[in-house]
Amino acid sequence: MFEFIFSPEGYQVILFYVYSAILIGAALAVVTMRNSIYSALFLILAFFSAAALWMLLEAEFLALTLVLVYVGAVMVLFLFVIMMLDIKIKPKSGMSNYTKVGIFVAILMGLEMIMLLGRKLSHVLPQDDLVKHAKGHSNVKEVAENLYTQYVLPFELASVVLLVAIVAAILLTLRKRDDYNHVDPESQVHVKANKNRMRVVKMDAEVGNNIGGEE
Amino acid sequence: MSLIHYLVLAGILFVISIAGIYINRRNVLILLMSIELMLLAVNINFIAFSTYLNDIQGQVFVFFILTVAAAEAAIGLAILVVIFRQRKSLEVDNLNELKG
Repeated sequence: MFEFIFSPEGYQVILFYVYSAILIGAALAVVTMRNSIYSALFLILAFFSAAALWMLLEAEFLALTLVLVYVGAVMVLFLFVIMMLDIKIKPKSGMSNYTKVGIFVAILMGLEMIMLLGRKLSHVLPQDDLVKHAKGHSNVKEVAENLYTQYVLPFELASVVLLVAIVAAILLTLRKRDDYNHVDPESQVHVKANKNRMRVVKMDAEVGNNIGGEE
Repeated sequence: MSLIHYLVLAGILFVISIAGIYINRRNVLILLMSIELMLLAVNINFIAFSTYLNDIQGQVFVFFILTVAAAEAAIGLAILVVIFRQRKSLEVDNLNELKG
């Protein structure tokens, strides 16, 4: 027993169960908390535990990407929006009908999945333990080799998706305000060279005694 | 650890987030968070299969899912801000413009 716990495999099993428990607990907290700030903070915990699990699965690049992109960017965006909006927290009003239906549907779906895993798929799935890679193996290199050769076109398309997301997010939240002075860029662009611009006139300098308007 | 452990974990996570979508009727924000959790469960499945079948393409897919999910979160939050500006609340039951 003790030998198993202190062996590398046993330690990995313990880590898996600890991270899974934290992940499931955090997920439960996300959906049951009524203050959305707590929900967002627990969602950060959930993403972080998931990243740790991905590390156990030797997907190091994606684990780091999850922490950087989700914890670093998406969740900050969530927190930013939560704090910007003035959301009123209403007192708890017991279990609504939706809650009962939700729990019922969730349990049913869970049973369906477990039935599938238990009966139909269990002999198809690979039963052996995790494939251990050699010491010098690089997950980042392996992902990059696939991403930049076979999937280079989807990779470019992903950047277009992000561009569209930027434009859409800005356009949706843009609003015209009347209480500050600005020049419309459209009217600036449509200035005609000879009609609307100031004209510079060449002329000789005025020389005379009556400079300054005294007379 | 075998593959089935990870599949069960992802299944539990997915089911929790499904329940979250039903439970939260007073805040659209938490609906968005539930969707993020669902995507996470799917990603765990992808990575587990990718590792146990020793096929890197699953991880490439997760990369694209992360990209699309980030875009979705950005647009979803923008829509949410617009809704809040018009309604002054985020309750799901108030969003009945379409009478669906």
